[in-house]
Amino acid sequence: MVPMQYYLLVSTFMMFVGVFGFFTRRNLLTILISVELVLNAVDINFAVFNRYLYPEHLEGMFFSVFSIGLSAVEAAVAIAIIIVVYRNLENIRVTGLNKLKD
Amino acid sequence: MNISLDTVIFVVLALVIIVFSVLTVTTTRILRAATYLLFVLFAAAGIYFQLNYSFLGAVQLMVYVGGIIVLYVFSILLTSSRNMDDRTVKVPQSRFWTGLISAAVGFVICAFLILKNTFKEQVFEYGEVKMDVIGKNILGMDKFQYLLPFELMGLLLLACVIGAIVIARKR
Repeated sequence: MVPMQYYLLVSTFMMFVGVFGFFTRRNLLTILISVELVLNAVDINFAVFNRYLYPEHLEGMFFSVFSIGLSAVEAAVAIAIIIVVYRNLENIRVTGLNKLKD
Repeated sequence: MNISLDTVIFVVLALVIIVFSVLTVTTTRILRAATYLLFVLFAAAGIYFQLNYSFLGAVQLMVYVGGIIVLYVFSILLTSSRNMDDRTVKVPQSRFWTGLISAAVGFVICAFLILKNTFKEQVFEYGEVKMDVIGKNILGMDKFQYLLPFELMGLLLLACVIGAIVIARKR
């Protein structure tokens, strides 16, 4: 059995890599991909806590399942918005999307 | 020191996650970022399988790997043009270092907390969660049963499908 802390370290690393990507990427789609990393790290945490600390219940697993569903919803709507933005402005770089300022 | 198969598998999965998640946020081509994300999601599914949550791993494979990644690849191809890659946009040095330092500090703080905290006793039971247990828990209304979130998720998915179609249709 691998101690729980190692799983948590891996998922923490994954989450902060996602945060770093969120800060530094310049394209709406790559920003969204970074967000997926963060969400996935949280899912791993739920499952690991459930398995190691409360193996008689299934809360963490169900929260992970619902969270995966939520990420699917979020990705679908965000991608629809991004495609509309691209269709209207021919551009999905965040530096160029400043029309609302004018 | 004896190395069990569990440890070997965990190390492989952890290495895949670490390497490919870094590559996901550092590569300059979007399509490659999506592909690296695919590998990260595969490894996450592997971790679920290792934790004996086969149902969760299967959901991860179907929804994330089979659904979301395909969605990403489609949208990347739909929105790609010559200067959409991150190569053409120089990230300002200050922004890069801000991101790196804040992420590193956050990671160090969280790792410190994880390693210092004393959790309650860890137990690991081998063996699968039975499918009928999962089904009863997801469709029951007692304590620790999740019919209401399940229904809400279905409603949310419906709203999302309608919303995405309304947003993205051609006028």
